[in-house]
Amino acid sequence: MNDWRPALVPAAMLRHDAVRDAELLLLPERVVVLSDTAAQILRLCDGDRDVSAIVGELEARYPGAPVAAEAPRFLDRVRGEGWLR
Amino acid sequence: MTPAPRPWALLAELTHGCPLHCPYCSNPLELTRRSAELTTDEWRDAMRQAGALGVVQTHLSGGEPLLRADLAEIVGAAAAAGLYTQLVTSGVGLTAARLAALTDAGLRSVQLSVQHADAAASDRIGGRRSFADKERAAAVVRDAGLPLGLNVVLHRANLDAVDALIDLAEDWGAERIELANTQFYGWALENRAALLPTRAQLDRARETVERRRRAGGPDLVWVVPDYFGGEPKPCMGGWGARSLTVAPDGTVLPCPVAAALPGLDPPSLRDHSLEWIWDRSAAFNAYRGTDWMRDPCRTCARRTADFGGCRCQAYALTGDAARTDPACALSPDHRLVRDLVDDGPGGAAGPVPDFVYRAPGAAPGRSGSASSPSDADHRA
Repeated sequence: MNDWRPALVPAAMLRHDAVRDAELLLLPERVVVLSDTAAQILRLCDGDRDVSAIVGELEARYPGAPVAAEAPRFLDRVRGEGWLR
Repeated sequence: MTPAPRPWALLAELTHGCPLHCPYCSNPLELTRRSAELTTDEWRDAMRQAGALGVVQTHLSGGEPLLRADLAEIVGAAAAAGLYTQLVTSGVGLTAARLAALTDAGLRSVQLSVQHADAAASDRIGGRRSFADKERAAAVVRDAGLPLGLNVVLHRANLDAVDALIDLAEDWGAERIELANTQFYGWALENRAALLPTRAQLDRARETVERRRRAGGPDLVWVVPDYFGGEPKPCMGGWGARSLTVAPDGTVLPCPVAAALPGLDPPSLRDHSLEWIWDRSAAFNAYRGTDWMRDPCRTCARRTADFGGCRCQAYALTGDAARTDPACALSPDHRLVRDLVDDGPGGAAGPVPDFVYRAPGAAPGRSGSASSPSDADHRA
């Protein structure tokens, strides 16, 4: 996945829900309530940044957090669900 | 009273007009006339109100929503309110140009109904030639890059085709196929003797679904046949808990078939705000939560899991919407469904009647007695 530039699949829509103050991933028959961190990571999946660029952004935001280990695993898991390509 | 949770989803029945005449249609027996439908501005306002209330997803359905010339404007209003929009269509009339206008307006996804994997059988169940239109519509959706789902209502006349239906979903590029065993209300209740499957059919279909799931391919959603399992379905995830339906004339309902409940007096968007309807109306509070329950539901450990089953089914089978859903094995009325599936036309080899096709005035005991499809429907 070295040159993978993650992007949400066209079916998926990421949005903030002001009524519930929640981050949501909307899909044809499904609503996924995301943690704030998960939403932040997915917002960086714009099809331009590769995984190391995403990790770099997160490390800048959260110095000392285990981003390099956890973010790629999260991205893989979301791809496995079919929500990232 | 604790405030009701906010609704997630809106089923927008834009019209009851439809080119198809499916004998299990979820629209009420009394179909709303085109002239009584909400206007474009009223639907725009409904979408705005839904977004403000907390709705994040809308299924634009009918009838056939493509019969609304202003569909793109309604999609645009829903998208502007932040709603994820899915078109639920027969496919009749879905050209590339029409879909392009809808995607430009913000449409995200399409769900296409199919009646059978075999063209002639599909046309017979739908009461009109439409299979070729559906195949074209699927190609149009795929070419536009939109996610495509198929939905199939399952019954005696197509349960043996589940394997072929899953093949069809793969051939047509669908990401998902919903295999929904018929729920018996309204038109489907009128046609129950023709639609109710045999237990052997169901067992074979269920095995097929399990085998195909293991093999990969499109997402398979199996909506259980509640008459056969002994467990009621957690209808709508609870009354007035997760979703609401707006009927073509602005009537707001906790579920699409609840209009049949006597005395519910469902409120209209033409008289009240959506927020008032959701929070305050008698209709949305009638079976909300668990306080309305009687035994055996009242003390049942599953009362917050299945909510006593379906109120509309309790009414349809017992005449009392507050009774336990007879689909539940714990219901004192459970024999009403057991007798049907064990000894009735679904179990024993009895004569299977013809379909009463959905059309204005076609239901027995109502004005008119048409028992075959009429072309009047989409002009109703």
